[in-house]
Amino acid sequence: MTYQLALSQLLNGLQLGVLLFLLAAGLTLVFGIMSFVNLAHGSLYMLGAYFGAAAFAKTESFTLAILAASLGAGAVGLLLDRFALTKLYTRDHLDQVLATFGLILFFNELIRIIWGPGSIFMQVPDALSQTVDIAGFVYPSYRFAIIGVGLLVALGLYLLIQKTRIGMLIRAGATHPHMVSSLGVNIKWLNTLVFALGAALAGLAGVMSGPIVSVQPGMGEPVLILTLVVIIIGGLGSIRGAFFAALIVGVVDTLGRAFMPTLMRSIFERNTADAAGPALASMLIYLLMALVLALKPQGLFPASAGATR
Amino acid sequence: MKLFPVAVEWRAPRTLVAIVLVVGLFLLPLLAGDDNSFYVKFATRVLIYALAAIGLNFILGFGGLVSFGHAMYVMLGAYAVGIPVQHGITSGYLHVAIALASALLVSALVGAVALRTSGIAFIMITLAFAQMLFFGAVSLKEYGGDDGLTIATRSDFAFFDITNATALYYFAFVAVLLALYLSWRAVLSPFGLVLRGSKANARRAAALGHPVFRYQWVAYVLSAIVCAVAGVLLANLTQFASPSYGAWTLSGELIVIVILGGIGTVFGPVVGAVLLLALEESLPMLVEATLPDYKSNWMLLLGLFIFLVALLLKRGVFGSLRGGK
Repeated sequence: MTYQLALSQLLNGLQLGVLLFLLAAGLTLVFGIMSFVNLAHGSLYMLGAYFGAAAFAKTESFTLAILAASLGAGAVGLLLDRFALTKLYTRDHLDQVLATFGLILFFNELIRIIWGPGSIFMQVPDALSQTVDIAGFVYPSYRFAIIGVGLLVALGLYLLIQKTRIGMLIRAGATHPHMVSSLGVNIKWLNTLVFALGAALAGLAGVMSGPIVSVQPGMGEPVLILTLVVIIIGGLGSIRGAFFAALIVGVVDTLGRAFMPTLMRSIFERNTADAAGPALASMLIYLLMALVLALKPQGLFPASAGATR
Repeated sequence: MKLFPVAVEWRAPRTLVAIVLVVGLFLLPLLAGDDNSFYVKFATRVLIYALAAIGLNFILGFGGLVSFGHAMYVMLGAYAVGIPVQHGITSGYLHVAIALASALLVSALVGAVALRTSGIAFIMITLAFAQMLFFGAVSLKEYGGDDGLTIATRSDFAFFDITNATALYYFAFVAVLLALYLSWRAVLSPFGLVLRGSKANARRAAALGHPVFRYQWVAYVLSAIVCAVAGVLLANLTQFASPSYGAWTLSGELIVIVILGGIGTVFGPVVGAVLLLALEESLPMLVEATLPDYKSNWMLLLGLFIFLVALLLKRGVFGSLRGGK
């Protein structure tokens, strides 16, 4: 029984991890290539969840919901990049943090105006609402699907970045933007492409977590902060780092929340444990980050020299 | 020791604005009339935010290190009042001492880890530590947890009775003046010179033999302490302490105040606090008057405003004025 619990918590952790990876991939690419810190990345996640929930309610097709979420968030990302943020790319990080902080407030209120302040409910699609039974071990198939999609996207990103011409240009643009643009590549459009791709991935993460979290204004912020932890631990600008760090953070956070209170209860008396357990569990990933930074300030998988300058 | 470390250019626009603002803030309770009026309480909040921003400006404006987690020290200060009062300890001096000690301890630890990084990683690691403390406060079930903690009585400063709103206002006013003077002195001191030098070029400052890390560390701790004092005052104003005082939105607001006023100026945070809080107070009224259906959505405009400030204002309102030499 306990091993079943442990296994299902481990899978929950993996599922959170791949969702975090979808967010972290976009954020870390945008940072690595444009040296731009985008706090509004969580807002794109929120927009994705809302677009997806709206499309799902209207068409009852989860495929269309996924398309609406990723294309919608990607389009918002494209517009943001072209019209709002271009001027900020050359500015220092302080201005970028401030501007995107303003955008978070803006998007949260915009969502409240359009969809109201309460949370909206999104159902698990019928085809995935069952559980899967593997040799006595029972787990919801929807969560399996999230893990599968996340791993597929990770593989796709790896192939895109490492094996295609576009990916080669993106890698080159990250380390030597001037050289790439003097070779006749429109680096601005390359940046826009990366930004929109990151936004679409954030939207995808949003719609996929729609049925398992509550879709409400401000839902992007806690996730954004987890994502920031992920890209710091993984090493800024590194997709590979983001992947492993996302899985680590997802698993550590989930296992911590599941088992820390019980673990504490076996060491301390009940009152102390009940108070400190959940707190310590929420702090666990930040402690992990502090530890990583104390030992390796560049993160676990630092992007190649030059990318982070 | 001279009172003024440099010759003050009295007729420079910056000096005039600063003097007018300080005198105006000094006279405000007299003009407001009623002792406990809304305006006095509002102005006290402005002063407290200004104090916290002065603290943040020390590391952000002069050290060039973007801390996105300074609200945690405000929260520490607030709980340094709330928790002892719940146990019947009302001495204000003790509250301040607890606030200073806890901010010193936390910021020394956080600073030691966070300052190992720079740039973007520093922004995010300070944010992460603030979140950590935020969740820590949420878990304090016996002190209200998520809902926060109502504080039965204000801090008892023996000779300075701050139970009256005007008295608390002047208490905060003196604290702001003191912080302004100290920050002005510190910036012009050799210590401040090295700090500003390391902002301009950390590698060069290190090559000149200055232990940059240690300077930044001390500056970080100092700025945290000022924020903790602001937290003590805030808890006394609202008679409430809650995890929301350590929310990352407050850290963001403090940065907005510093930028809005003018980064790297001593007096800028005061101007920024006056402007931002006046805006936050008047925007809802403005929206209600023009579009009553959307009166709860005024934050949309605030978000746009902050975005535009970041995009267009490079030196802030006060920073754009001509200063002394």
